[in-house]
Order: sequence, then structure tokens, then C-alpha cells
Amino acid sequence: MSDDPHNSLLLSLLAVFAPLSLVTIGGGQSAIADINRQVVDVHQWMTQAQFVDAFAISRMAPGPGSLLVTLIGWQVAGFWGAVVSTVAIFGPTTFLIYAVAHMWSRNSGARWKRALETGLRPVAAGMILAATYVLLQAIDGGWFARAVAFASTATLLWTRVNPLLLIGAGVAIFIGLHAMNLV
Amino acid sequence: MSEPEAPSAPSSSQLFWIFTRIALTSFGGGLSGWLLREFVQNRKWMTQEEFLNGLSISQALPGVNVKNMAVWIGYRLLGWRGAIIGFVGIIVPPAIVIVLLGTLFSSLSRYPLTHVALTGAAAAAVGLSLSMGITAARAVPRNAFPIAIMAATFVAVALLHWPLFWVVLAAGFVSVAYAYARAS
Repeated sequence: MSDDPHNSLLLSLLAVFAPLSLVTIGGGQSAIADINRQVVDVHQWMTQAQFVDAFAISRMAPGPGSLLVTLIGWQVAGFWGAVVSTVAIFGPTTFLIYAVAHMWSRNSGARWKRALETGLRPVAAGMILAATYVLLQAIDGGWFARAVAFASTATLLWTRVNPLLLIGAGVAIFIGLHAMNLV
Repeated sequence: MSEPEAPSAPSSSQLFWIFTRIALTSFGGGLSGWLLREFVQNRKWMTQEEFLNGLSISQALPGVNVKNMAVWIGYRLLGWRGAIIGFVGIIVPPAIVIVLLGTLFSSLSRYPLTHVALTGAAAAAVGLSLSMGITAARAVPRNAFPIAIMAATFVAVALLHWPLFWVVLAAGFVSVAYAYARAS
């Protein structure tokens, strides 16, 4: 099976994304730094610019942000690449939540539940901030891009604006800057 | 184990379309709010307490929160069939949309403006990521130990580029053990 280069590519997609599935605590956002490292540096399936483009598309699309992985799979290995990557990133944790939903009873293990919640919180926060840092480093457009990013952060923290509007504003600002030959 | 005590259980196709509609109309978060409105407030298929239990578990366990939540709700309402419906309804339709979008953009990639537009979109989206990071950091207990765990996770992943899997396993184990010891 692994003689065929396409099949071995599918196996590598599975091997990269399935373990990452289990560490996406606090949502898929947290694994983006590592997805970036694996896809661009370790396996060189995409350039950094292609990765940032795929990231942008995944934020514009509806549904979970982890569908970024589906898009990567599609671009790297076509239809089956998309299927394998999707199953790899969403599958393992689905079995986990299914098992917990199955065993759940309301009053047992309250201490465990609280320990899991409070204990995983700082890890998730650290991962999301790391992903942000890595993306800020990776993005083109230098200080203009950082200014747009920080303005978008501030807007989201202080208003209830629809994030999709902000992404549209980011697009408009960059097309404007491009028209003025600034980016 | 308690069986679902909903006033009237939804049908499979009803459940599927609710998840699909929520998945396709949700952009950048706020999904749990929609699920709460749909399943608890409007249709009264589950109690708020049951919903919130599921939400805290969905957040504590790894996996995309909304996908975990869809599997949880689906299971509570229709057993294993519901769990499968929740998974498929929340993942497959938007997966098709993202592939179509990606194909559209790659067919436009010979125009330099496409990359400029995507850079602008990515910059704004990184802001989304940062605001989530700040919100998550604010929820961390104001004690030296959890803050040190958060900082160590950041340094290991962002600056040292250590593999996430082992970082989370180690940091998660230490941090949960600490929280468990303090919980009592």
C-alpha cells in the first residue's frame, strides 16, 4: 500500500493530523501553530504564503475553523486527502466525547470535571496565544498587517461586531493599500 | 445513566437540518449561543442544566467545541444515531463549502490581487485569534502556577517549536494534577 506515493501521502496526512486532534483543547484554534509547522516546515506540502492563504479562507468559510485541515488535505492530495484529513482531525475526539456522553452521570466525578476544566484552561490559552504569535510572524504585509490584526482584536474585545465584517474590512484595507502601492 | 427526558424527541432529519443550518450560518464563533437558543429555549428538547454540562465537557475535552457539542446533543436526544447525525451535520456541509471556496481562490491565484485580499483577510483573522487568546488568558486563575503553565506552553510552542502533542500531554498532566489536588 505504501508503495503508491499517493497512498503514502494519505498515510502521512493521517499520521500528522490524528495526534493533533487529541491536543485541540479549547477548540481547533490551539493546534494551528503546530499544523503550520508540520505542513510547511516538516513535510513541505505548502509554502508559508499558501498556508496563510488557506488560513484566511478557513476564517471566511462557515463552520469550525479546523476545516482548515480539510482544505490542506484537498490541496495536498485531492478528494481523498480532504476526506482523510477531516476524519483524522475530527475523528479521535468524536470517539472521546461519545464515550464521555455515554458514561456521563450528573453527580459523579465533579472534582475531576472541575480539575479538567481549570487545569486545561492555561494550556489552551498558551496554545492559542502561540498560534497567534506564529501567524503574526508568518503573515505578509509587515506592520500594515499587524496594525489590521491589532485593530481587529480591539474591535472584537470591545464590540459585538460580526467577525465576518472585520474580515471584509481587512480585505478592503489591503486592496486599498495595494492600490496606493503600499503593499 | 439517564435517558433523554425531552418533551418530544426530534426526528433524524430535523436534527440533521438544524445542525447543518447552524454550521453553515455560523462565522467565527458564537455557535454555542445558537445551539442553546435552538435546543433549550425554542424547542425545549433538553434542559439548560443538561446543556451546560455538555458545554463544559465539550470545552474541557479536546476537539472542536461545537463538534463535541453537536455529538453530545445528538447523543442525548437520539442515542448513537443522533451522535452520528450531529457529527455529519456540523462537519460535512461546511467541509464542502470550504473546498469550493479554496478551489475558487486557487483558480484566481494568478491574479496578484487575490493574494493581497487574502493577506488582508488573514490579518483581520489573526486579530480574531488574538482576541480569543486574550479571552482565554483572562479565564486563567490569577495564581502563579496556572500562569506559569500558560507561559511555558506559549514558549514551548511559539518560540521553541516543540511538538504540540508532547507539550500538551506534559503541561496538561501537570496542570490538571495541580488543579485536582487543589479542588477537594
